[in-house]
Amino acid sequence: MTDSDQNPATIQRKEIIYTLDDIPAPVRQRPRSSWQRISDIPAFRKSLLLALLAGIWEAYARYLGNELVLPTFSGTVLALFSAIASGELPRATVYTLALLLKGYVAGLAIAAGLTAFASATRLGADLLETLTAMFNPLPSIALLPLALIWFGLGEGSVIFVLIHAVLWAVALNTHAGFKSVSPTLKMVGRNYGLTGLRYVTRILIPGAFPSILTGLKVGWAFAWRTLIAAELVFGATSSSGGLGWYIFERKNQLLIPDVFAGLLTVIVFGLLVENLLFRTLEKYTVRRWGMAS
Amino acid sequence: MTGSQTTALLSVRDVSLQYNTANSVVTAVSQLSFEVHTSDRFVLLGPSGCGKSTLLKAVAGFIEPTAGKITLAGKPVCAPGPERAMVFQEFDQLLPWKTVTGNIMFPLVATGMATAAARERAALYIEKVGLSRFANSYPHTLSGGMKQRVAIARAMAMEPGILLMDEPFAALDALTRDRMQEELLRLCADTDSTVLFVTHSIAEAIRIGTRILLLSPHPGRAKAELNCDGIDTADASGEHLSQRIRRLLFGNLVEEDTADD
Repeated sequence: MTDSDQNPATIQRKEIIYTLDDIPAPVRQRPRSSWQRISDIPAFRKSLLLALLAGIWEAYARYLGNELVLPTFSGTVLALFSAIASGELPRATVYTLALLLKGYVAGLAIAAGLTAFASATRLGADLLETLTAMFNPLPSIALLPLALIWFGLGEGSVIFVLIHAVLWAVALNTHAGFKSVSPTLKMVGRNYGLTGLRYVTRILIPGAFPSILTGLKVGWAFAWRTLIAAELVFGATSSSGGLGWYIFERKNQLLIPDVFAGLLTVIVFGLLVENLLFRTLEKYTVRRWGMAS
Repeated sequence: MTGSQTTALLSVRDVSLQYNTANSVVTAVSQLSFEVHTSDRFVLLGPSGCGKSTLLKAVAGFIEPTAGKITLAGKPVCAPGPERAMVFQEFDQLLPWKTVTGNIMFPLVATGMATAAARERAALYIEKVGLSRFANSYPHTLSGGMKQRVAIARAMAMEPGILLMDEPFAALDALTRDRMQEELLRLCADTDSTVLFVTHSIAEAIRIGTRILLLSPHPGRAKAELNCDGIDTADASGEHLSQRIRRLLFGNLVEEDTADD
């Protein structure tokens, strides 16, 4: 009788205080099988895929049986090794890379100057935005005929075209990166009395590093493609041609496996720089800092 | 009441602040005066739109007053400086490319301290905020409360003349905020810091403040300056401090306030 008299809201329940020792702790970690772990590595999965593609290439080329149209994979690898052994391919690669580095560094230097001007003044920002909007869509290779008139048949023309390839991508990304650094971080820098160059190097550049890195990557990709194309067009004139010229010359001599070996080298160096160099740089900077987008 | 014999550390005299929007000039703070003394925990309290954050940014030197004068220890404030170290509300105030230790060392080294001495000082303050285990962690691996602790340690390690705090706990969950308030009080007692603290929470103002300046919105004007000892005590008439603050801030403005929103 007394129970039914009571209002349900006022029924007192007993309080309980648990101690964690009373409850058996579940197993929190369990080792995964070695297959699970190895198949988690992207490089492993991609290597498998590459091997599969090489197999398909080999099979189709053998079925076709025409080395002038499509040499076999094994034939290409053999041509690659003999070209490396003869020293011709390494020489061409070194020549191309040296030229690329000159153009890349010059492009970066000009981009740095332009971005500094753009960050310091409104006129500079307007100038950079207008120039980038104009020149970014213009493929660098389209400037080569003009460059040949201005700078003649030599390194000068190629470097000019390379600068054009690198400059806009890097300047645009760096400028956008500076603008997108969080206002709080900017205030923190100024709060601790940083001004001028110290403010730029200690707050703006690291704060904008994800964007700057993107600019460097895009600039590199543009420069690499542009250079190979430029060499294909006019390597004929210089005695020590680079990779593009190597490919063009071998095609003229109908050494198609060598052409494929040259193309493979272009691919390998593109991959090496984009995936190894920049990936490593990313790993030790923006990923470590939790800034990767 | 206002001790004329003790000189003020921070003095804000008849300060007005304005900022530009796309098509008008807005007055954020109008004709405001107050003084902060050494070891004060001076709280600027008011609803949003009362210009309290703008006022703090002016004391920090980010905004120039359109009228009036701000002086710290007799010297006029004209630019941001490390003697007015600031703690922000946002978690992204830590440099993501530096570890906890690196973040605390950064302003010390930037203002000319030797690296070894800065490292030692950083370690001391990391211990004060209880983050020794995370000294080499990067900010993105820390929780919100830990990030704010690092920011407070960084500002305090500068041993600034005055510590400016712009709603540092507003973005934290209630439980963490409660713990952080307690920790801040302990740290202040420990280091004898002078703090200028901005908040929109009456409870936080009472808990943190030794003196509370109430601001009314649109534009920010002083409503009252009250003393506080950290507890919501009742005065002679039986009115609690929080009730008094509520009455002073909103009492006769209820209709106007609701019409505004």
